[in-house]
Amino acid sequence: MSDFLNYLNSNLTPGQAGAYLWVVIYIFIIFAAVSVAVIAMNWLERKILAHMQVRLGPMRVGPHGLLQPIADAVKLLIKEDIIPAGADKLVFWMAPVVVVITAFTTYIVIPFGPTHAVTDMNIGILFMLGVASLGTLGIIMAGWASNSHYPLLGSLRSSAQMVSYEVAMGMAVVSAVLMTSLTGAGVYGIGPAGGEAIGTLSMIEIVRAQMNQQVWFIFKFFPLGLIAFFVFAVAMVAETNRAPFDLPEAESELTAGFHTEYSGFRWSLFFLAEYAAMIAVSSIAVTLWLGGWLRPFPHWLSGDAWDTAFSFFPALTFFVLAGMALRTTVRMPKHPYFKIQKTGLGVFGLVLGGIGLVLLVPQVRDRIQDIYWFSIKVAAFMYLYIWYRGTFPRYRFDQLMKLGWKFMIPTGIGVLIATALVGVL
Amino acid sequence: MNPVATPFFFYALAAVAVLSAIAVIVRRNPVHSAIALIFTLLSLAGLYLMLYAPFVAGVQIILYVGGIVVLFLFVIMLINIDRMQREYQFNKQWLVALLATAVLGALFVAVYVKGQSIFPHNAVRFLEEKNTQEVGKMLYVDYLLPFEIASLLLLVAIVGAVVMAKKRI
Repeated sequence: MSDFLNYLNSNLTPGQAGAYLWVVIYIFIIFAAVSVAVIAMNWLERKILAHMQVRLGPMRVGPHGLLQPIADAVKLLIKEDIIPAGADKLVFWMAPVVVVITAFTTYIVIPFGPTHAVTDMNIGILFMLGVASLGTLGIIMAGWASNSHYPLLGSLRSSAQMVSYEVAMGMAVVSAVLMTSLTGAGVYGIGPAGGEAIGTLSMIEIVRAQMNQQVWFIFKFFPLGLIAFFVFAVAMVAETNRAPFDLPEAESELTAGFHTEYSGFRWSLFFLAEYAAMIAVSSIAVTLWLGGWLRPFPHWLSGDAWDTAFSFFPALTFFVLAGMALRTTVRMPKHPYFKIQKTGLGVFGLVLGGIGLVLLVPQVRDRIQDIYWFSIKVAAFMYLYIWYRGTFPRYRFDQLMKLGWKFMIPTGIGVLIATALVGVL
Repeated sequence: MNPVATPFFFYALAAVAVLSAIAVIVRRNPVHSAIALIFTLLSLAGLYLMLYAPFVAGVQIILYVGGIVVLFLFVIMLINIDRMQREYQFNKQWLVALLATAVLGALFVAVYVKGQSIFPHNAVRFLEEKNTQEVGKMLYVDYLLPFEIASLLLLVAIVGAVVMAKKRI
C-alpha cells in the first residue's frame, strides 16, 4: 500500500515509474473526463450554434437545456438496433469499435502536465498520428459493411479526405518537431543562446523545449510558426470530418454518410469517437504550438507574485461560471411551472461555486495549474470548432481535395524548408 | 524501465500474427482478408516494440496500416466481389507450394542454427530513448544516397500513376 502511494512523491509519469496500478487509474480518470467532456460538448455545441444563429437552443429539458445530453443518451440507448439486410455482420459490428478504440488510444500520450500523462513514449507524436490514421479504417469498414449506396460513397469520400489531410498534418507536425532542435540563436535570436538543442518526438519533451526556449512555437521564427499552426488547424478540422469539411456526413448531401445505417448505441459510439478525436487532435495542436501546460508568460512575468496571481485563474473561471448560472436563476420567469428549473439551476450554480472554492485551497491550487491551462487551451479550440461550424459554408468535395493537395501540402512543405533554413542560419 | 512478461506478449503477438496471416489467404471475402492483414501488421508493430525499435513500430502503423491497407480497401470496395466470393480459395499447385515451403523452412532452420549473433539477446542494444535520433542520423549521414534513390523511385512511381490516370496528358 505504501508502495502504491509512493508513486505520488515521484516526479515521473506512471508509465515511466512502472507503477501499473496508477496507469490503470489514470486511464479510468481520462476515460471519465473525456466522456464528461463529450457530454458537455454536445450541450455546448447546440447552445452556442443556436446563439450564433440568433435562437435559443434546447431550453426545456433541464434549466436552459442542461439535461438535454442525458435525454439524448437515453434516447440513443433505447433505440432499436437495426442491422441492414445483407450487411456483413462482423465488419458492421467491428467498425464503431475500431473508431472508438483508436480515438481513445491517443489519450495515452497527451501531456496534461509535466508528469500528468499516462506515459511518455519517446515516439509520442508519431504514435498519436499513427493511431489517428487508424481511425480511417473504421470509417471505411462502416461504409462498406452497410451494404448501401449512401454509406459507401460517404465513407469513400470521408476516408479520401482524411488521408489527404493527414499528409498536411504530418508536414506541419514535422516542422514543429524541427523547432524543438533549433534554438535559433542566429537570425531570430530567440531564447537563451546556446541552450540545449535536443530534437525529440516525445510530447512532454516538446513542451519542455518550448519552456527552455522561452517561446511558444506558434510565435517562433515569426511567420513560420504561425503558418505551420494554421496548416495544422485547418488539417485537423478536415481530419475529424467537421464543418466546413463535413460533406461526407452532411445531412442534406449524403443522408448522414457513412453512419447512415447505424442506429442507437452504435451511432452514439461514432459520435463519441468523433468528439474524442476532436479533443485529441486539439491537444496535439496545443502541445506542439501553444505551449501545452505552460501558463501565459512564464518568463516575462515570472516570480512568486505573478505565479500566485496566475494560480487564481482556475477558481476565477469557476466563479465566473457560477455567477452566470446564478444570474440566470434570478432572471427566470416567476411562474410556478419554473420552480423546479429554478432550484435546479441554483443548485448547479452553487455546485460550480463550491468547486471554485475548493480550487482556492493552496495545495489544490499548486497541483491544478498545469491541467487547468492545458484544458483551457483545448476548450478554446473546441469553441473554435463550433464557431467554424456556425460560420463557414460547406466545401464541395472537389474543392476540399484541391485545397488539401494543392494548397495545404505545398504550404506545409514550404514551411518545413523555411524553418530548417532559418533555424540553421 | 524493465520489460514485463516478455514471453507472454511475444507468444500472444506471434499467435495473432500467424493466425491473421492464415486468415488473409483463407477467407473468401477480400475485405475480410484485408482486415486480417491489419491485425497481422499491428502485431508486427508490437513485435518491433519488443525489439526496442519504437520508431519502426510507429512508422509501420502510420504507413502500412494507415496508408497501404487503406489503399487496398479502397480498391477492394470499388470492385464487384460477388463473383469472387464464390471462388474456391486454393488452386492445384500444392506440389510446388510444398517444395517452396520446405526450402523456406530449411532456410529458417539454417539461420537459427548458424546465425545466433543476430538474435536480440546477443545483439548490441542501442538506447531506446535515442532510437529515432539514431535512425535519423544513419539515414541522413551514412545512408544518404540510398535514401535519395529510394525517394526518387517513389517519385517516379507517383508520376507514372498520375500520368496513367489522367484523361488528357
